[in-house]
Amino acid sequence: MILVLVDHDRGVIDPLSLRALTAARKLSGDVQAIVIGKDGAKVAQEVGEYGAKVLHVATNAQLTDYTPMASGRALLQLVQEIKPEAVLAAGSPRGNEQLAHLAAFMDLPMAAECSSIKIGNPHQVTRARWAANLYEEALVHADLLIATVLAFSVEAEAVGGSAEVKEFEVKLEPADTMVKVLGRAGESKGGGVSLTDAKVIVSGGRGVGGPEGFGILEELAGLLEGTVGCSRVVTSSGWRPHAEQVGQTGTKVAPDLYLACGISGAMQHIAGCKNSKTIVVINTDPEAPILGYADYAIIGDLHKVIPALTAAVKAARG
Amino acid sequence: MDVLVCLKRVPIAGGTFLLTPDNRNIETKHLGFGVSPHEENAVEAGVQLVEQMGGSLTLLTLGPTDSEEQLRAQLAIGASRAILLETDGEDWDPQATAAALVDAINAEETKFDLILFGAESADSAGYQIHVRVAHALNRPIITNVKAMTIADGIAKCERVVGSERELYEAPLPAIVTVRDGLNIPRYPSVPGRIQSRKKPLDIKKAEPRVPKLEKLQLTVAPSNSKGAEILGEGEAAVPALIEVLKKIGILA
Ligand SMILES: Cc1cc2nc3c(=O)[nH]c(=O)nc-3n(C[C@H](O)[C@H](O)[C@H](O)COP(=O)(O)OP(=O)(O)OC[C@H]3O[C@@H](n4cnc5c(N)ncnc54)[C@H](O)[C@@H]3O)c2cc1C
Ligand SMILES: Nc1ncnc2c1ncn2[C@@H]1O[C@H](COP(=O)(O)O)[C@@H](O)[C@H]1O
Repeated sequence: MILVLVDHDRGVIDPLSLRALTAARKLSGDVQAIVIGKDGAKVAQEVGEYGAKVLHVATNAQLTDYTPMASGRALLQLVQEIKPEAVLAAGSPRGNEQLAHLAAFMDLPMAAECSSIKIGNPHQVTRARWAANLYEEALVHADLLIATVLAFSVEAEAVGGSAEVKEFEVKLEPADTMVKVLGRAGESKGGGVSLTDAKVIVSGGRGVGGPEGFGILEELAGLLEGTVGCSRVVTSSGWRPHAEQVGQTGTKVAPDLYLACGISGAMQHIAGCKNSKTIVVINTDPEAPILGYADYAIIGDLHKVIPALTAAVKAARG
Repeated sequence: MDVLVCLKRVPIAGGTFLLTPDNRNIETKHLGFGVSPHEENAVEAGVQLVEQMGGSLTLLTLGPTDSEEQLRAQLAIGASRAILLETDGEDWDPQATAAALVDAINAEETKFDLILFGAESADSAGYQIHVRVAHALNRPIITNVKAMTIADGIAKCERVVGSERELYEAPLPAIVTVRDGLNIPRYPSVPGRIQSRKKPLDIKKAEPRVPKLEKLQLTVAPSNSKGAEILGEGEAAVPALIEVLKKIGILA
């Protein structure tokens, strides 16, 4: 039997958890799920549709917010009771973190971000490294496999079905709730289109040359009802705020148009923009790696091409 | 305020990877080395805290002898001293790494008020060493932090969830893992670089353990390179781009 940690935010399921459920179902006919906190019971229907036979709801009056160490404690308690062969979760910051707590409690290995899993003795996994530019084949030497499922390695597939809901009370230790959740606040970033929602992103790299160089990118982005993005060189130079950074350690975006201006295309940048529908490059260097990922390119100086493009867009609009 | 930062030497990888002939490691002959971005932010945060509150900043790494290069580079930014747990150069699995870090931390006279980590390492991205250390030291841990203030023995931290920020607090001594964007890491000054060569750096041998997460080999992900269609050079290519924007529905 495989136990899947299903993540939810105040009763709203994390879609990546459905992928983890699907991955589990492909490994075993016997899948059960666990949610942390009473609100989790709201996801029972979806969890059943995606193949889990039982949904364990871990409850405790203190489990009102995301408390990863307490999640680890709840997992530990259930694992000891129902003895699964494997515990899986989504390869997301929260999935990785909560399973890491379980692994730490049990002093067992954990394999994060797996694209393939074979349960056995030892277990065999393939896991992503370097923002999934490299994969590692590894063995996991433990009876219980603890692993997270690489986000895009499996599509969620509904199979129909329903999950029996079983509540259980978690016995928390004082250490589990040493971290207090104070609450939530709206994102500090001011108005405008957010990177993740934007249909058009005009993104600038080192080639823009300085903070003042971004004026022409902003104007073009405004004209196309889009927003400005940038590379890490730009944020670490203090030219633009980190909220605009695209990439592995920035934001992952998927606009209709990603216009990459003066960006070389390091794999950590590509990791954030490769799901864009169309990538257009403006770069002085015809050998820049980003051309390998782009659909169209103009070879030239962005300081000349962008103003000309802006003028042409205005003209085309009449 | 005594702060410890755990960091790791990693190759600075560009557009593509080459592997060693046995496929177990990245071919680094032509690569430079650094630490992952998150960890640069952790060092910067440590330097700022010690500037504001006094105390000490110690760096700790487990890795090959050459990791001294990364420790010196970060000492130049403002850390007080560094500890290198020397390995034979092989990657250690997360449990073995965490156990060695814990032993080294326990062996210190200083009881660090705050231990900072990166959210994940750039190369192996196991997402766990910090959590294991927190459990072993019985300390609270807050991960993925994008903003942090320390006052009155309490760490207040923010992490970003979707379009919102979650606010957390934990009593010191605590562990915090930070993300790129927490701050802008400074460049070392020339005097900083000169001083870094004389700052204390303890080298200890670390005893390997049998890995429970055993790496067999690496493979390079197939490139999804499509190869761009070149529309032309300079402003002369703009009309061709306008046609593309019409084709993909950006312009009517
Ligand atoms: C673990 C890790 C995580 C990382 N995360 C991220 C991340 O999230 N996002 C990110 O972006 N980077 C990230 N990086 C950094 C990444 O490796 C690169 O250093 C960075 O993306 C390079 O930024 P750039 O393309 O702007 O600069 P460069 O690589 O210096 O490229 C500048 C480009 O501009 C072109 N150019 C110069 N002048 C002009 C001009 N006048 N007109 C047109 N073109 C011009 C040049 O030909 C060149 O191609 C990460 C690195 C690591 C190790
Ligand atoms: N070899 C190491 N030596 C010291 N710290 C490390 C080492 N490996 C990882 N870390 C720290 O643990 C964090 C998480 O690593 P990981 O669990 O590999 O993703 C990193 O960002 C570092 O701060």
